[in-house]
Amino acid sequence: MATRPRIGQLRLRFYQVLLLVAVLVAWHVLTAPGLLPNFYFERANRAAFFFGEPIKIAGRIVDWFVTGEIYSHLWITLVETALAFAIGSVAGLLIGLWLGLSPMASAILDPYIKAANSMPRVVLAPIFAVWFGLGMWSKVALGVTLVFFIVFFNVYQGVREVSPTILANARMLGANRRQLLSAIYLPSAMSWVFASLHNAVGLAFVGAVVGEYLGSAHGVGYLILQAETTFDINTVFAGIAVLTAFALLLDAAVTLVERRLMTWQPRAAETDRT
Amino acid sequence: MTAAPALALRDITCRFPSVDGQGTYTAVADTTLVIEAGEFVSVVGPTGCGKSTLLNVAAGLLAPSSGTVEVFGEPMAFAGEVNRRAGYMFQTDALMPWRNAIGNVTAGLEFRGVGRAEAMERGQEWLRRVGLSGFGDRYPHHLSGGMRKRLALAQTLILDPDILLMDEPFSALDVQTRQLMENELLALWAADRKSVLFITHDLEEAIALSDRVVALSAGPGTRPIGNFVIDLPRPRDVAEIRMEPGFLAFHKEIWNVMKEEVLKAYARQRAA
Repeated sequence: MATRPRIGQLRLRFYQVLLLVAVLVAWHVLTAPGLLPNFYFERANRAAFFFGEPIKIAGRIVDWFVTGEIYSHLWITLVETALAFAIGSVAGLLIGLWLGLSPMASAILDPYIKAANSMPRVVLAPIFAVWFGLGMWSKVALGVTLVFFIVFFNVYQGVREVSPTILANARMLGANRRQLLSAIYLPSAMSWVFASLHNAVGLAFVGAVVGEYLGSAHGVGYLILQAETTFDINTVFAGIAVLTAFALLLDAAVTLVERRLMTWQPRAAETDRT
Repeated sequence: MTAAPALALRDITCRFPSVDGQGTYTAVADTTLVIEAGEFVSVVGPTGCGKSTLLNVAAGLLAPSSGTVEVFGEPMAFAGEVNRRAGYMFQTDALMPWRNAIGNVTAGLEFRGVGRAEAMERGQEWLRRVGLSGFGDRYPHHLSGGMRKRLALAQTLILDPDILLMDEPFSALDVQTRQLMENELLALWAADRKSVLFITHDLEEAIALSDRVVALSAGPGTRPIGNFVIDLPRPRDVAEIRMEPGFLAFHKEIWNVMKEEVLKAYARQRAA
């Protein structure tokens, strides 16, 4: 019994890779100029113009990393993401705790929070560009507005849904207000925070790239923007591929931190191994 | 003059705004309940009769609409202050799921500013006393229902409260585990004779454990309708005592008083 799931896992991986290869091969065959007779476009290189060519895209990515051209851009984008993520999460946590614990403040601010959350915040990018210039900080600001609300709403919810029994128990055990905050509200809210961090890290990335795309001189978003103005579709796809890979890495990093800090939570697939 | 009682609830009335928002619902009316130092008192009553309300008043978690509470002769203020001489064992799980067993047991010591080394030492000692040594690094979701109750008991008793308030603490356990826990509780209680206010809907449990059983009427406006001194010999074994003629006589006597109230509560719930 014990070995069967492992074979299943391996087979699963195999099919996953097979699917990727199949898509790439189909992409290559359909776009390579002159490989197939034209059946949709009139000119042989049209398909490649619109959809790029996987081999050239791969070549572009390798090129970026070999020449080192990508590193400074990638670094900028990642720093923007990290800053937006950190500032937005901490602000969301603090303000979520504050409003969660203060019914008066939350009642007053409620309509404004709803409004701020419903606003399509990407439209703030030009304003941030005016306020913070075309450098890193306007992208960080955009990312913060995206991250903040995700974390904020989760913490707010988390604080309000703390079990009244656990709270009463802590009070009977002698906890004062400050101790209730650090021993009950904060850890209880943390499980909600972590549920939101996967979304938050993705949105921090979105904020950084969209910000760069709308106006910048550095970053992967800038590379994509540059390539687009010259109709260099291969470079656009290469940028997308690099961004996707790093988004996955960031997500994996969050999972890793979550695993370490949230050992107390039962996991769905977990059985007792002791 | 005798020593002041451990806990004296006098003329307690608790009113809540009713569910439909109009008028009030009187959960407890003019209830006086006195627990002497070292006495084990059980309060029994039909479901939904306001037993937990009474316990929350005794704990200082809920201010009564009228009436006073005295703890060892001192009146309780209810101004955000809980009853510092009482430990409270809740009906539902009150352990902090993000703390492991030792972290939960030592929480009270931590809140009261006891040093970490001393807290850990006393925590381990209490884990041992409730049969959980070696489980210190487990989180509550790793423990069975009975183990979690023992952990909650250790969490409360480590602070050495003079009064123990218990709100149907064993009601979620299976019969065997429950009898084991009841015996453990009696053993721990016999060691230093705390004053216990034990809430239950289980009459057998109440008789088996207590020095005195107070029966409450059905709500609304719950009040005591019977007071029975259980003079069965101690130490008791909760599993065996249930067969004894004295036990059965008490059971019959108290049940006669309670029966009508239970039926009344049932009829009211069906009508609602």
